[in-house]
Amino acid sequence: MAVLVDKSTRVVCQGITGGAGSFHARQMLAYGTRLVAGVTPGKGGQTFDGGSPDRLVPIFDTVAEAVENTGADASVIFVPPPFAADAIMEAVAAGIGLVIPITEGIPVQDMVTAAAFVKGRGARMVGPNCPGVISPGKCKIGIMPGHVHKEGRIGVISRSGTLTYEAVDQLTRVGLGQSTCIGLGGDPIVGSSFIDMLRLFREDQDTDGVIMIGEIGGSAEEEAATWIAEHMSKPVVAFIAGATAPPGRRMGHAGAIISGGHGTAEDKFKALGAAGVAVVRNPSKMGERMLEMLQS
Amino acid sequence: MDPVVGLGGWQARNLAFGLGLEGASVRAFTRLLAGLYEAFRVNDASLAEVNPLVVTENGQVLALDCKMTFDDSALFRHPDIEELRDRHEEDPAELEAAAFDLSYIKLDGTIGCMVNGAGLAMATMDIIKLYGEDPANFLDVGGGATLEKVIAAFKIITRDPDVKAILVNIFGGIMRCDVIAEGIVEAVEQVGLRVPLVVRLEGTNVQIGKDILAGSNLDVIPADSMADAAKKVVSAVKGS
Repeated sequence: MAVLVDKSTRVVCQGITGGAGSFHARQMLAYGTRLVAGVTPGKGGQTFDGGSPDRLVPIFDTVAEAVENTGADASVIFVPPPFAADAIMEAVAAGIGLVIPITEGIPVQDMVTAAAFVKGRGARMVGPNCPGVISPGKCKIGIMPGHVHKEGRIGVISRSGTLTYEAVDQLTRVGLGQSTCIGLGGDPIVGSSFIDMLRLFREDQDTDGVIMIGEIGGSAEEEAATWIAEHMSKPVVAFIAGATAPPGRRMGHAGAIISGGHGTAEDKFKALGAAGVAVVRNPSKMGERMLEMLQS
Repeated sequence: MDPVVGLGGWQARNLAFGLGLEGASVRAFTRLLAGLYEAFRVNDASLAEVNPLVVTENGQVLALDCKMTFDDSALFRHPDIEELRDRHEEDPAELEAAAFDLSYIKLDGTIGCMVNGAGLAMATMDIIKLYGEDPANFLDVGGGATLEKVIAAFKIITRDPDVKAILVNIFGGIMRCDVIAEGIVEAVEQVGLRVPLVVRLEGTNVQIGKDILAGSNLDVIPADSMADAAKKVVSAVKGS
C-alpha cells in the first residue's frame, strides 16, 4: 500500500508533446509508471515515443477521449500557465479523480476558480507548482528524480521540491525508505493541504511516520498543527524553511511571503512544537530525527 | 467570499450597515464596493485598498486614495499594467537576475548562496544562520538551469562586495550537477574568485560534477552534506 498513487494508477499526461511534458513523460515511463495516454489538442491520433518500442503512448485531442479509451484515472499537467487552469477543469470534467498540475506561474484568480471547480466535483488536486507525487518502486507522477527514492514506510509532505529530495535522501541514508512523497506546491492557492495528506497517511497501514516540510507564508502549517494535536496517531517530524527570510519579500515561491507579520517560520515552529510534533530547526537533521522517533 | 459568485449585494449591504451608514450613503457605498471588487478582478490584482474612504456632508462616499498590487503571474494579459513598472525603483542586481529568470534577493549577511529550488535555498540560508553567520542573498537558479544561467548567477554573487565566502548547495534532480560544475568553472575563468568557495553537490550526475571541479584549477572546498557545507563556509569566513 501507499497513498494517492500505486502500481494500479493509470496516468494521462496533458501537454505530453511540449518540452517539459515529453521529457518527464519519458522519465515517468522509464520509472515504470503506467502512463497510458497523452493529450495535446490537435495532435489526437498520433503516438508519443517514450523511448522504446514498449513505451508507445497514444495521444488524444481531449481528456474525455483519453479517459474513454484508456481508463486513465490520474492526470499530470505540463500545460503552460495561461491554459493550465482550463486543463485542470477539463481533466476533472472528464472524470479524472486525481489531478496533478506541475505548471509554475498560473494566475492566482484562475486557480481560485479551478480549485473551487475541482472541489465541487469531488476530485482531488495536488499542486500546482509542485514536483508531483511518488510512491517509490510503484508509481512516479511528476518531475522528482526517481533514483534518490527508496521503498519504505515513511510519508513525506512538502511545499518545496528540492528540499523534499533532501529529506528523502536523509531518510534513505539512515535506512528509512518512503511510502509516498507528496509535493503540495509553492503557490498561494493549492489543491491539497498538509491536513488532507496527513489524514491519508494516518489511515495507511504501510506508513509508520511522516516528515512534513513547510515554509513561510500562509497558515497551512498552523492549521496542520491543530489537526495533529487532536487526530494524528503517528510520529511527525517537521521543518519550516525561511527562518532567515526578510518580511515582505517573495522567496522564490509565489506563496512564500511573510506579510503583515503573518506566516513567519517562528510562529509555525511554535504551533507545531506545541502540537507534539518533533520540530527540527536544522534542515540536515530531518532523517536522523525520524529514526529517533521510531526507535523511542 | 465565494470565488464563483463574486461579491454579493448582501455582503456589501452587511458592510454598509455594519459601518453605520444611512440613507443615500448605503447605496453609494455598495456601488463603490462593487466597483472596487470589479477593478480587483479584471486587473488580476492581489490587493486593492482604499484608504481613506470618506462620507461627505451630503452623503456622498468618496475614495480619496487607493493602492493596488498585481499578480505577477497574470501580467502577461495586462500589458498596460506591465508598462507602469518603474525599474529605477528596483535593485539592479535583482533586475539582472530576473532577466536570466533567476530568483535573487539581496540580504545583509556575508555568505553568498547559490542553490536550486526555493525551499532548499531558504533552508540553506537558515542553516548558515544556525552555524553562526548570515546569508548575503537568496538565490534560486531554478529547476532546469542552463550553463548561461549558472554563470550569470555566479557572477551576480561574486560581484557583491559584502560576500566573504560562497556556498553552492545543489540537489540535482532535473538540474544536473555537471551543468552546475561547468558553470562554476566557466564563471571563475571569466571573472576570477576572491573568496573561499564551498560546494555541496548531490543527486543527478553528482560524480561527473565532482570530477569536473576536482579536475579544474579551482580552489574548491568540497562538502558532503548540507551541515558539512554550512560548517565549512562559516569557518572559512571566521578564519579569513
